[in-house]
Amino acid sequence: MDKTVRFRVRVKDNIANVKAMIFHPMETGYRRDKNSKSIIPQHFVHTAIVTLNGKTIMEVHWSRSVSKNPYLNIQVPGVSAGDELSISWLDNMGQSGSGVSTIS
Amino acid sequence: MVSEAHQRRIFLKSALAVISSLIVPSVGYSRWDKNAYNKTEIVASVQSVGVTNLADLREGGGKITLLTPKIAENGAIVPITVNSKIPNTERIFIFAEKNPQPLVSDYVFTPHVEPFVASRIKMSETAFVHAIVLAEGVFYRTAREVKVTIGGCGEDS
Amino acid sequence: MRLLFYLAALGILISQAPARGSPEKDRQIFLDTYSKNLPGVPLSRYVHGSMMLSDDALSQYDSIMDFPPFQDAVDSGEKIWNTPFKNGQNFSNCFENKGVEIAGKFPYYDSDLEQVVTFEMALNFCLQNNNEAPVDFVDPETMGALSAYARSLSDGMLMQIEISTPDALAKYNDGKSLYFRRIGQYNLACASCHLTHGGHYFRDELLSPAIGQAVHFPVFRGGERLYTLQMRYQRCMEAVGAVPYSSGSEELNNLEFFHSYLNNGLPLESSVYRR
Repeated sequence: MDKTVRFRVRVKDNIANVKAMIFHPMETGYRRDKNSKSIIPQHFVHTAIVTLNGKTIMEVHWSRSVSKNPYLNIQVPGVSAGDELSISWLDNMGQSGSGVSTIS
Repeated sequence: MVSEAHQRRIFLKSALAVISSLIVPSVGYSRWDKNAYNKTEIVASVQSVGVTNLADLREGGGKITLLTPKIAENGAIVPITVNSKIPNTERIFIFAEKNPQPLVSDYVFTPHVEPFVASRIKMSETAFVHAIVLAEGVFYRTAREVKVTIGGCGEDS
Repeated sequence: MRLLFYLAALGILISQAPARGSPEKDRQIFLDTYSKNLPGVPLSRYVHGSMMLSDDALSQYDSIMDFPPFQDAVDSGEKIWNTPFKNGQNFSNCFENKGVEIAGKFPYYDSDLEQVVTFEMALNFCLQNNNEAPVDFVDPETMGALSAYARSLSDGMLMQIEISTPDALAKYNDGKSLYFRRIGQYNLACASCHLTHGGHYFRDELLSPAIGQAVHFPVFRGGERLYTLQMRYQRCMEAVGAVPYSSGSEELNNLEFFHSYLNNGLPLESSVYRR
């Protein structure tokens, strides 16, 4: 599974419009495997931390009701070139990932 | 020279350590709340995030912008956007009233980020999507109905 | 007696066959039908199929396409495309212009092979010609992903199917006759919904016109389930209670040939969201 975070960041008037995607199944635990018919267990990102230059600016809490390959769009004011924006995530199975985007 | 992978590991460790030291909003919820996310009915779900008395829930009026489709093309991926103009917004909670667990997501804002979020949610059936904002200890709400149909010719389930 | 026989035969011919005309005349008949069913709707909107009359639907489409959740599938296709074969060659060597801006010419009639060749077949020929195993036409992780990426190298290119020989025309007409043939338990032809009622509503679904359909493939339904055009034909056949032809069969290749010709002049876009 891809542990990184994909970013698309546009800065206008020092406000960063941050779009990010985590490639994660966000499995609800309600679906059955087509062949074995057994339940596919819940597997979803429950927490993500957004930091700017190492300082936490936002915390995200998700559930199984968030779409697969979860997408997040936020607005971060007061950014400058060289600032580092990161998103770290943790799922219910203890798996984690992260990604960094440098403001250009 | 520290390798990129090593840098990432250091970074991840410190980011996760931050979870425990995050600023605590006035109601005290700043972690992923398993109890709230497991509620299976909308009233209990809303109460579980701190709205002990539903009568205290104020209407957001024009101060909360909630954008949703009128008819979802596919209930598995419904794009929604919430923007709060209420000063000192600390949290935004999203509910899909008829989902098996109505609490969909919640967001904790510091003053360093706009109280704005766009995401994509799953909806099991036609229902109201509620956005609840917590600001200075007061809860505000706005809601929009989103229709969800089964269909799409030739689609296997 | 003989006259009666000839008249009967003539009657059968007329009732069975669609009007004989050139492909361009066929395309014009389709266009005329749609402009009656969809007055005032510009042709450029047809590529959005069943979403084309709904701003609510298109706004969801735009929002999802702005950052598609199936990007990982397309990226895995890119990896397949870029990975050299055991002999050191790669996919781009098999195609003119390294595979950039070519998909609009597929399918084409190959006079040596005496068959219609689709883009997906060409990808498999490339593998086989380089001593690699061909991939399954309906596997989303191999052919699906590869096609999703490889076709995107032709995004924006106009569909430009050529039919310049009698043999090619015969394949086109074969595809056309399938398009107009009633099949399955529901006894419906593609034309029943997508020509006669292309642009009309069937319950809450808008039936997409044939023109506009063939240029936007593969699709990711619900943002996650990949369908190539021929996989989509198979689903449609099942929907009318017919046993589907296989992806890569002559029947579906000829159908795609006919269908793609109708879409001439429209811009291709690969890997799109559909409900």
